[in-house]
Amino acid sequence: MRNQYITVTALTKYLKKKMDIDPHLKQVLIKGEISNFKHHSRGHMYMTIKDQGAQIRAVMFASDNRHLKFLPEDGMQVLIEGNVSVFEAFGQYQLYIRSLEPDGKGALYAAYEQTKEKMEKEGYFDQQYKKEIPAFPGNIAIITSPTGAAIRDIISTLKRRFPIVQLTVIPVMVQGEEAVNSILTAISKVNHMHTFDTIIIGRGGGSIEDLWAFNDERVAKAIFHSDIPVISGIGHETDFTISDFTSDVRAVTPTGAAELAAPSLIDINTHLRQMQATLTRSTQYIIQTYKNELENYVSNLQRPNRLFREKEQYLDKLTDDMLHHLKRIYQNRLHTYQSLSIRFSHLNPKKQYQQLNETKKELTRRLDRQSKQILQAKKQQLQLYIHQLALLNPLEIMKRGYAIPYNMDGDIVSSTAYLYPGDDVTFKLKDGTLACSIQEVWRDEKDGR
Amino acid sequence: MADESMTFETALKKLEKVVQELEKEEVPLEKAIELYQEGMQLSKSCDDKLKNAENKMVKVMNEEGKLEPFDDVQGD
Repeated sequence: MRNQYITVTALTKYLKKKMDIDPHLKQVLIKGEISNFKHHSRGHMYMTIKDQGAQIRAVMFASDNRHLKFLPEDGMQVLIEGNVSVFEAFGQYQLYIRSLEPDGKGALYAAYEQTKEKMEKEGYFDQQYKKEIPAFPGNIAIITSPTGAAIRDIISTLKRRFPIVQLTVIPVMVQGEEAVNSILTAISKVNHMHTFDTIIIGRGGGSIEDLWAFNDERVAKAIFHSDIPVISGIGHETDFTISDFTSDVRAVTPTGAAELAAPSLIDINTHLRQMQATLTRSTQYIIQTYKNELENYVSNLQRPNRLFREKEQYLDKLTDDMLHHLKRIYQNRLHTYQSLSIRFSHLNPKKQYQQLNETKKELTRRLDRQSKQILQAKKQQLQLYIHQLALLNPLEIMKRGYAIPYNMDGDIVSSTAYLYPGDDVTFKLKDGTLACSIQEVWRDEKDGR
Repeated sequence: MADESMTFETALKKLEKVVQELEKEEVPLEKAIELYQEGMQLSKSCDDKLKNAENKMVKVMNEEGKLEPFDDVQGD
């Protein structure tokens, strides 16, 4: 029984062999949408192809994708040719893509759009980098096919317009495998020769495949980097190639490019004749003007009173003007004075004075009243004092029968201590003086203790 | 002044300037005469340059990078 078990490897190898010999899986044509796209650094491309119902892992090896004209991206609808097989290590069946192209618009168109968008973002189309085309070229390099309508149109147009310019054809392949390298070499050669002042790069109209070399990023960049200004005249009016965007001026056709490259000699000659005529006419006019002026002076000199009269008139006018001005100035000043004096009268201090005077009078009245009141009060108080004082007067006391003793020195004797028997004293009474002699002294007990 | 080493383009531009100058109001007479003379010289120089310039032959660069006459244009 055990011998009936097989290894995973054996099973996978079996499945792979089955698939590889299946004629339907050897070459499949599939359409679907790209997702999970990854361009591995080693060159292989990995992605998932899906539709609404299913998905399949897919790989496109570097050897197959090298010739892709566009870069696949997520969401892109594609048409695929390839085979289905098993990737043994992962045990996974997958699609091996041999060729890939966008569904809908062609692969070339997709590539064109991608390159255009990328280079535009990188600034290759910016107006600021455009070089100026020389107005009067000396030597024009024409990079185009040496046969065909384009070169004929360019040469005949330039010979007709500006036959004195040197034209040099730099023959290139404009289509096919070699076209890109051929054009790149030509641009580089022309830039190294230092004898050209303008480059025309041209090609007649054709399909997008025919014009493909001019959509090549390298060609467009070489045109951008050219030190010599480049005029492009590629294809027809409706076709814009990437090179048209990087050139300094884009003409619609090769003939248009030739017209932009050089002026018309006839136009220049006309311009020159016109300028010569203007030169003469202007100078004559100036001379005539001065002549007229001179004649005017001379005739004035011949009749000096005319000059004089004119001056008189002028003087009158000046006098009038002066009076007029003076009057106006006087009016102005007057007006100013009047308005100032009105303002001044409003500022008169009389009113203020009256007001202050009123206040003063009022204050005086109040002061009078106050001082009278105070005086009255003081008078009353004084009378009160006088009355009280009268009560205290010793004469008043004596009226009631009191006597005051004086010693011989005239001092009041206020105590028995100062008197001894035999001393003379006088007593003052209310209506006279008594001279007395002390017979005996009786001191109060209190004192004689 | 119109010296011979001047390019056609420079001479033409100078001539245009002189003409503009002359068309201005109030050019002093001496200046006007001077401008007129300069203008005439410039215009002659331009004329000469155009007349003396030969009609050039078209050349073609061969594979070695040498220039040779271009047998142009079938049937021309």
